Amino acid sequence: MSRPELQAPAEFYYGDTEAKKYTQNTRNQQIQASMTYRALELLNLPTSSPAFLLDIGCGSGLSGEILDDEGYIWTGLDIAPSMLEVALEREVDGDLFLQDIGQGLGFRPGSFDGAISISVLQWLLTAPTSHHTSSPPFRLKKFFTSLHSALKNPSRAVLQFYPSDDDQIQLVTGIARQAGFGGGVVVDYPNSNKARKVFLCLFVGGGMSGGPSSDSQQVPQGLQGDGDELEEEGKVKFEKRRVSTRDRNANGKRKSQKVIDRDWILKKKELYRKRGKESVPRDSKFTGRKRKPTF
Amino acid sequence: MVRLITHNILACHVKGCTSNNFPLQLQGVQIELREAEFNPEFLKTFLPKIEWKALVDTAKEARDTSLPLEQPEMLDDEFLKNLHHVLLEIHIEEGTMICPNCKHNYPISNGIPNMLLAEHEVG
Ligand SMILES: C[S@@+](CC[C@H](N)C(=O)[O-])C[C@H]1O[C@@H](n2cnc3c(N)ncnc32)[C@H](O)[C@@H]1O
Repeated sequence: MSRPELQAPAEFYYGDTEAKKYTQNTRNQQIQASMTYRALELLNLPTSSPAFLLDIGCGSGLSGEILDDEGYIWTGLDIAPSMLEVALEREVDGDLFLQDIGQGLGFRPGSFDGAISISVLQWLLTAPTSHHTSSPPFRLKKFFTSLHSALKNPSRAVLQFYPSDDDQIQLVTGIARQAGFGGGVVVDYPNSNKARKVFLCLFVGGGMSGGPSSDSQQVPQGLQGDGDELEEEGKVKFEKRRVSTRDRNANGKRKSQKVIDRDWILKKKELYRKRGKESVPRDSKFTGRKRKPTF
Repeated sequence: MVRLITHNILACHVKGCTSNNFPLQLQGVQIELREAEFNPEFLKTFLPKIEWKALVDTAKEARDTSLPLEQPEMLDDEFLKNLHHVLLEIHIEEGTMICPNCKHNYPISNGIPNMLLAEHEVG
């Protein structure tokens, strides 16, 4: 199968069926979760005050739920209505916007304390139409310039994505630099085909670590190894971080882990009907059944 | 769910619309109130980013007049509670946001604003 971003525009690729499949696949949930935690680690936010974050290409809220759990207040943008619909159903706390990030963002300067984006940027590397505003460089420029302005100084944006080759990495980082960002690329597990992950780690101003010393500008190190221990390690790390953030966010909100099962879905549907939402799917014997992973 | 915290940082992003493009005016809105956990530390760090007049005016449109016209210097508990309510508990569910400058309409449906532009509006 060719890469999703080459098959159809995102808002069609992530239609109703794919949006549900994507969100319910437990393997996918794990991967997106571990990349979200890694992105938060690379954001390096001060632990003292709760931050206001932007989730770029938030999709169905797999990354957003973690932001909720960690006590962040956030806003999410996505171009696919079906993905946003699933995010609504999953009751994430962030505000959701239907937006094409390649058209630029409309936020007042300095609004966000940081931004993350998980598995999205590769979608900006293909042209949705032949109009000149559709070329990848044009769209990347609109996106990075408006993102740079929406972030406060100093702060960071961490964007995990799937480049198809090094030229794409060059293109993306080049345009990010022109837009005023410092920073660069962090590659985790560079020697593993399977576990290799590319994070664009961008700084506004000094990128907000420490003082004005020169190493505050330094791009963090990628994780080494072949990532085989990824899952195990990831789990252990979550637990550790969970515990420490728990007391950190003593005033913040705290939610129990969401378990998506039949009861949970029925409860949510009931809630939506009560709120007068139309088009809640009817309950059937298939509701919340276990599905085989499809890839 | 557009909370007023997010409405307060929104500006119009239509091509060439760069001044007087904020705050987006609300029209025909349906409001829902939803409780959120009170977090005074967050409010204090967010306070400097707020466009105060825009927030007070928008809150009024949502029939909330609990905020003082000037941002107070003393952040007592009562003020923070009111601010918390306005920023994080008032949700715009339906309606339209209109740019005060170019009059572009951003419709909100099911709590989700449609910020998509036509090709000629991008640039
Ligand atoms: C692989 S999903 C990732 C979703 C979410 N971040 C997660 O971790 O589960 C990619 C998302 O990028 C969104 N996307 C693609 N192109 C976009 C664009 N131009 N503007 C906004 N979102 C876009 C898609 O709609 C899809 O929801």
